Amino acid sequence: MNPAEIVKKIRERFPKEVLWFVCFRDECSIVVTKEKIKEILRYLKNTPGLEFDYLVDLTAVDYLGFREPRFDVVYHLMSIKHRHRIRVKAQVPEHGCCIDSVTDLWATANWFERECFDMFGIHFKGHPDLRRILMPEDWKGFPLRKDYPVKSDLGDKEWETYKELKESAKAWKENAE
Amino acid sequence: MQNKGITIKELTVNMGPQHPATHGVLRLVLELEGEIIKKCIPHIGYLHRGIEKLSEDLTYVQSLPLTDRVDYLSSMVNNEGFCVAIEKLMGIEVPERAKFIRTMMAEMARICSHLVWIATHALDIGAMTVFLYAMRDREELLEMFEMVTGARLTVSYPRVGGVRCDVNNRFLDKLYNFIEKFPKKVEEYETLIDRNRVWLKRTKGVGVITAQEAINWGLTGPTLRGSGVYYDVRKFFPYDAYDKVDFEVPVGKNGDVYDRYRCRMLEFRQSARIIKQCIEKLPEGPILADNALRIRMPESPLKIDKKDIIFEIYIEDKQIQEFIQKFTEVYASVEAPRGELGFYIICDDSSKPYRMRVRAPSFVHAGVLPKLCEGSLVADVIANIGSIDIVLGECDR
Amino acid sequence: MIYVIDKTTEVVEIEEGFKVIPAANTIITTINKIASWGRRSSLWPLTFGLACCAIEMMATAASHYDLDRFGIIMRATPRQSDVMIIAGTVAKKMAPVLVNLYHQMPEPRYVIAMGSCACSGGVFNTYSTVQGVDEILPVDVYIPGCPPRPEALIEGLLKLQEKIKNEPYLKRGCISGVCLIDKSQRRCSYESCRNSEKD
Repeated sequence: MNPAEIVKKIRERFPKEVLWFVCFRDECSIVVTKEKIKEILRYLKNTPGLEFDYLVDLTAVDYLGFREPRFDVVYHLMSIKHRHRIRVKAQVPEHGCCIDSVTDLWATANWFERECFDMFGIHFKGHPDLRRILMPEDWKGFPLRKDYPVKSDLGDKEWETYKELKESAKAWKENAE
Repeated sequence: MQNKGITIKELTVNMGPQHPATHGVLRLVLELEGEIIKKCIPHIGYLHRGIEKLSEDLTYVQSLPLTDRVDYLSSMVNNEGFCVAIEKLMGIEVPERAKFIRTMMAEMARICSHLVWIATHALDIGAMTVFLYAMRDREELLEMFEMVTGARLTVSYPRVGGVRCDVNNRFLDKLYNFIEKFPKKVEEYETLIDRNRVWLKRTKGVGVITAQEAINWGLTGPTLRGSGVYYDVRKFFPYDAYDKVDFEVPVGKNGDVYDRYRCRMLEFRQSARIIKQCIEKLPEGPILADNALRIRMPESPLKIDKKDIIFEIYIEDKQIQEFIQKFTEVYASVEAPRGELGFYIICDDSSKPYRMRVRAPSFVHAGVLPKLCEGSLVADVIANIGSIDIVLGECDR
Repeated sequence: MIYVIDKTTEVVEIEEGFKVIPAANTIITTINKIASWGRRSSLWPLTFGLACCAIEMMATAASHYDLDRFGIIMRATPRQSDVMIIAGTVAKKMAPVLVNLYHQMPEPRYVIAMGSCACSGGVFNTYSTVQGVDEILPVDVYIPGCPPRPEALIEGLLKLQEKIKNEPYLKRGCISGVCLIDKSQRRCSYESCRNSEKD
């Protein structure tokens, strides 16, 4: 099924939720509001003819300073049966930064959502175990947000344990000299 | 025997991050009841280097060497994936010769990666000889990589719009000779383990995952195909020269460790077949497209034809159109030795990626470990980790 | 170590600091020399692969380059090893584990920083990486390269042997003789991971 038809189908079912759609290099992305994201994805997964049974990727993008609402949660879906892909994007504002979890639709969403929470601080409602996954649990800040520094010297945001390690390293360094 | 006074309780065992069989810095917390695993909790992130964030600070050309370090066992495929994504973004048509060279190199990387996999996997299960044999043959391939790219592991060979330098006949001859002999060598590994009773006992019926579950868990690559699902990016969404070469995708049946092992062993032969065809069909011509991305100082912004963007807006907001035209995005995936490696790149009109997301197969595969391990024996954890073939560099990025 | 059956009673200097009386079947040397000889001739590194360099380390230990011929055998546990080859990028989350492992190694212990990332952070000047492992551990040998070739690793190990050769016996191994970092036995308290019920 080509992208335009898919978009048409979704629009018929969810007229209010679809905000816009973009097609670039045969890739189609639909931007929707976050309220009914789970229903939309369930519809995409279970409707005959669409059957997006495979969640390829789930991530987020931070559009700080370019747009309100600030975040996009991006779902890449694919259907192994029909060999087509689609990208669904849900807008999430900075204030009340949460969206419904889709872990019961795709088991793979579990870790993707944890990563998303770790990197962007987006809460997934209904996630069975929302913890940090890549960073240590007591890490401060959300690294992939645009207002987070890239460089190693984090200053106040530095992880406490690492600070301690560096402090104690200072002691033996002086001792050695 | 008296059991009086003995209390039985669950034992929590920590495995990793420093453990020779976890293939890097994976950490598992296992809750055991005797030998049976009640709960398995993987912890990752011990190699998180912030590649995604760092690439936002570097230009497209500078980001290319970072992709080497994502999955260091098959860096060629990573470079290829990144280049395919940028080419798709910019609309660059790669010359035929470059496509064939890339395909050939990517398959070499696949063989290299699978050799490390069979080496470590067999070593973990207890077959030392396979390790030595596989590493011996891998060294030959690395030597050939070095002939062309100058590096053994982190090659940075493909460029956006082609490849860095041409291959010569000396290299092609050497590669052809190697490939001719290679299926024999695979047989040699198989004679060591394929009908070995220990091997069969430890792999057959261990870590079973059904086709439906495998899809639901998002597995890709040989790990998915071991469960009998036919999905390969090279066949489904062909890139480079994969639509011009003839090869088969081996598919398993039972979805256990043994079937995943068989899939990879058959992939060795298919890769050899692809390389052979690439050498035979290698066309003459340029190796870099005319409009390829070249290193310029200062870096000029990426040019994207805005006419290619088709959009429909259903709400009333005047700024949206501007926004859509500013941020163009593209997702391109390649079949890495571990599975589908995707690059999702958002480009604003500057010389740096606004966001680069790496869809890493290892990340997904590490997530399925609890599913595979729970209810099985402690020894099977090692077999399971080996069979899903994770690289922690890619898992944590 | 040198077994000569001879009747001459003259002292023969076979190496600087090593003298042999063949007839008495005796070696005369200092304790420093004999200790460092023992230490350097059987370096047992800890297999501590972190990232890309680990693959090169593996290749060095495998069939083609064969580290065994230097008496270097990889050990899987820190309790049995003398050298820690830090092969790869050290993330901040990994740093406490690294220090922990270091303290589990018996004295005298040595550290080799293999690769640009371990030496200085390399290309990864990001929020989550340690900018050179010498920020947290004393390093004896640095091997640059991204990743270094197996030959470079072998060269690094030989350099370490050279360093050990000139070390006095009572120097408490290396500068880290005193455990200043590990004040209280908090082995796993750094660990950020709590066992979750729901995982």
